[in-house]
Amino acid sequence: MPENTEKFGGLWVIIEQRHGKVVKVSLELLGEARALADTARSNVTAFLIGEDVAAIAEELIWQGADRVIIAEHTICRYYRTEVYTDIICAQAKKDKPEIILFGATCMGRDLAPRVSARLKTGCMSDCTKLAIDSGHLVATKPFFGRDLMTDIVCPVKRPQIATIRPGVIELTDPNRSRKGETLSYDIRLREDDIKVKVAGILNERSNNLPLEQAEKVVAGGMGVGSKEGFEMLKELAGLLGAELGATNLPVDEGWVSEEFKIGQTGKTIRPKLYIGCGVSGAIQHSAGMIGSEFIVAINKDPNADIFKLADYGILGDVNEVIPAIIKELRRQKGLA
Amino acid sequence: MDIIVCIKQVPDSYDISWDKSTGSLSRQSTGAILNPIDKNTLEAALTLREERGGFITAISMGPDQAEEVLREALGMGIDKAILLSDKVFAGADTLATSYALSCAIKKINRFDMVICGKESYDGVTGHVGPQLAEFLDLPQLTNSTEIAVKKNKVLVKQKIEDGYRLLEASFPVLITVGKNINQPRIPSMEDIMDAYREKMIDIWRGEDLNSNTEGFGLNGSPTKSQSVYVKKLEKGSAEILKGEPDVTAKRLVEILKEKGLL
Ligand SMILES: Cc1cc2nc3c(=O)[nH]c(=O)nc-3n(C[C@H](O)[C@H](O)[C@H](O)COP(=O)(O)OP(=O)(O)OC[C@H]3O[C@@H](n4cnc5c(N)ncnc54)[C@H](O)[C@@H]3O)c2cc1C
Ligand SMILES: Cc1cc2nc3c(=O)[nH]c(=O)nc-3n(C[C@H](O)[C@H](O)[C@H](O)COP(=O)(O)OP(=O)(O)OC[C@H]3O[C@@H](n4cnc5c(N)ncnc54)[C@H](O)[C@@H]3O)c2cc1C
Repeated sequence: MPENTEKFGGLWVIIEQRHGKVVKVSLELLGEARALADTARSNVTAFLIGEDVAAIAEELIWQGADRVIIAEHTICRYYRTEVYTDIICAQAKKDKPEIILFGATCMGRDLAPRVSARLKTGCMSDCTKLAIDSGHLVATKPFFGRDLMTDIVCPVKRPQIATIRPGVIELTDPNRSRKGETLSYDIRLREDDIKVKVAGILNERSNNLPLEQAEKVVAGGMGVGSKEGFEMLKELAGLLGAELGATNLPVDEGWVSEEFKIGQTGKTIRPKLYIGCGVSGAIQHSAGMIGSEFIVAINKDPNADIFKLADYGILGDVNEVIPAIIKELRRQKGLA
Repeated sequence: MDIIVCIKQVPDSYDISWDKSTGSLSRQSTGAILNPIDKNTLEAALTLREERGGFITAISMGPDQAEEVLREALGMGIDKAILLSDKVFAGADTLATSYALSCAIKKINRFDMVICGKESYDGVTGHVGPQLAEFLDLPQLTNSTEIAVKKNKVLVKQKIEDGYRLLEASFPVLITVGKNINQPRIPSMEDIMDAYREKMIDIWRGEDLNSNTEGFGLNGSPTKSQSVYVKKLEKGSAEILKGEPDVTAKRLVEILKEKGLL
C-alpha cells in the first residue's frame, strides 16, 4: 500500500444524540479528541446529524470542538445506516480527516465499519484507550482471553477509524467560554431512495439508570447460584440505591438479561461503589469494572482473583453474607 | 428464498499466537469450534427455508481445518458449503475478510439474503456484517432478535440500548443476528456422519474469486496489531475479612458509611 497520509488532517467525533440530547460517550470522546488534537497540533470537528439538533452545537464546542458540522433534516429523524454513511463519507472525501471516532454503542458499532468499508480504510473496534504515536493513532483493546491487551494501528490508510467504549474515558468539564464555528451540511438525500424504514421503536422503559451511569453497582457472578440468588442481590441493590450488574455466565444461564452484563463484551462502568458477589474476577469482567472507585468483593475462595482488585473483601458464602448485609442495612434504616 | 450464511471457525481455547514480523494474529490449530453465534446464524437461515423454501449456501474463510465448521453446518441441514482457503487470505483483518467474502458472494451471484453473526467469539469486532453489506451495496439490518418475511419485504426486530427498533427493507438484504434470536438445532450423530461421508465442500482459492488478490489477506488489511502485552489489573490493597457473616456484614456497612457510600 502506498504511503499517502500527508493530505489528511483533523480529528472528527461522530455525535450520537437521542431526542436532542447528546449521548454521554460523545462528550467523553470530544474531551479525548481535544487532548489528542492539542498534542498533535490538530483540530477537532464534531459531526452532528439529526432532525432539529442545531441547539446542541454550543455544548459540543464547550466540550472541545473547534468546529461543528450540522446535518439537519427530517430524513435524519431516526438513525439509519445508509443516511448517516452517505453524509459522513461525502464530507470525509472532501475534508479528509485523519481520524474519525465513534462511541462503541449500538449505533457506532453499526455505522463505523460501514463507513470504513466505503472509505476503504481500517476500523479499530471497542477500544479502551487511544494515543497518538509518530503520527498514528494507537488503539488499545482487550485481547481474546487471558490477561492480554493489544495495540492496533492503521499505519497507511486514512482516515483512521475507531470505536471507543462508553465509560472508559473520563468526562472533562465543559469550558463555557470556548468558541468555535458551526457550518451546515446540505442534505440532498430523498426518502424514496432510502432502502431501510424504521417501522417502530419499542422502548423498554425502566426507572433504572443505565448501568454505565450508576453511582453504585451490585454485580453477581456464578457464585450467586440461581435466579432466586439474583432476587436477593436486587434487594441488596435496592437498599443501597445501586443498580444490578452481572458477569456473562449468569446472563448465559438466563438468570438475568444481557443488559446487565459488565465486561469486555458487556458494559464498562466506573461507579463510586462496586460490590462483586460470587464473581471470580476474570479479566474479561474486570476490564469493564476496574475504573470503579471502591471495590468490594464477596467470595468463598481466598485465592479468587477479584480479591487482588478489591479495596475490601469478605471471605464467605454469598448465601450467608448477603442476607447478613441486607439485615444490617434494614436495621439501620429502621426497616426491621 | 436463497440465503447465504457466513460462518467462522474460532479457537475455543486461548491458544492464539501473535506473529511479530507481520503484526497479525494466528491461531493454534488445536481446539477450534464453530463461532457460537453462527449456530444461531445457521438456525435463522434454516427456519426461513422451512417457512419459505429455498437454498442455503454457507461460506467460511479460513485454513483447511475450517472445513469442520462447514461439515457441522451441512449436518444441521444447509444445502451447499464453500470454503475460502488460500495462503493469500491469511492474516486478514476485518476489511480484507469482508472483501474476500464479498467476492465469493458476487461469484455465487444469486441470493436474496446474506446472514452473518453479530460478532465473533475471538475478534468480537462485529465489523464483517456491515463491511460486507457495503461491498455488496446491500441494506444492513444488524443485531436482529427476530426476522419476519412479509411478501417481498423483510422485517427485523433490532436490539438497541434502551429497547428495540422495527426495521423494514426489501430484498436483497444483509442481516446480522444476535444471540437470543433462536435455539439452534443440534444435528444428530447420523447427520454429522453423513455430512462427512456424502457431502462435498467446494474449495475456492484466491484466483477463483476472479479478482485482484491485492485486497485479500495481510496485503489488503489496513489494520495491524502492533503489540500484545499483559496488563495486570491489580489494585491490591484489599483488606480481607473472614469470620461470622453477621460480623463481616456489620463491618462492611460501617466502612461504606465512613466512605459516604450509603
Ligand atoms: C472473548 C470473551 C469475552 C468475554 N466477555 C466477558 C464479559 O464481557 N463479561 C464477563 O463477565 N465475562 C466475560 N467473559 C467470561 C469470563 O472469562 C469469565 O468466564 C466470567 O467473567 C466468569 O464469571 P463469574 O466470575 O461469574 O464465574 P466463575 O469464574 O465461575 O466464578 C464464580 C466465583 O464465585 C465464587 N463462588 C461460588 N460459590 C460461591 C458462594 N456460594 N459464595 C461466594 N462465592 C462463591 C467462586 O469462588 C468463584 O470465584 C468473556 C470470555 C471470553 C472468552
Ligand atoms: C483480539 C482481536 C482484536 C481484533 N481487532 C480488530 C480490529 O479492531 N479491526 C480489525 O479490522 N480487525 C481486528 N481483528 C481481526 C479480525 O478479528 C479478523 O479479521 C477476523 O477475520 C474477522 O473479524 P471478527 O472475528 O471480529 O468478525 P466479526 O465481524 O465479529 O464476525 C461477525 C460475523 O461475520 C462472519 N464472519 C467473520 N469472519 C468470518 C470468516 N472468516 N468467514 C466467514 N464468515 C465470517 C460470521 O457470520 C460472524 O458471526 C482482531 C482480532 C483479534 C483476535
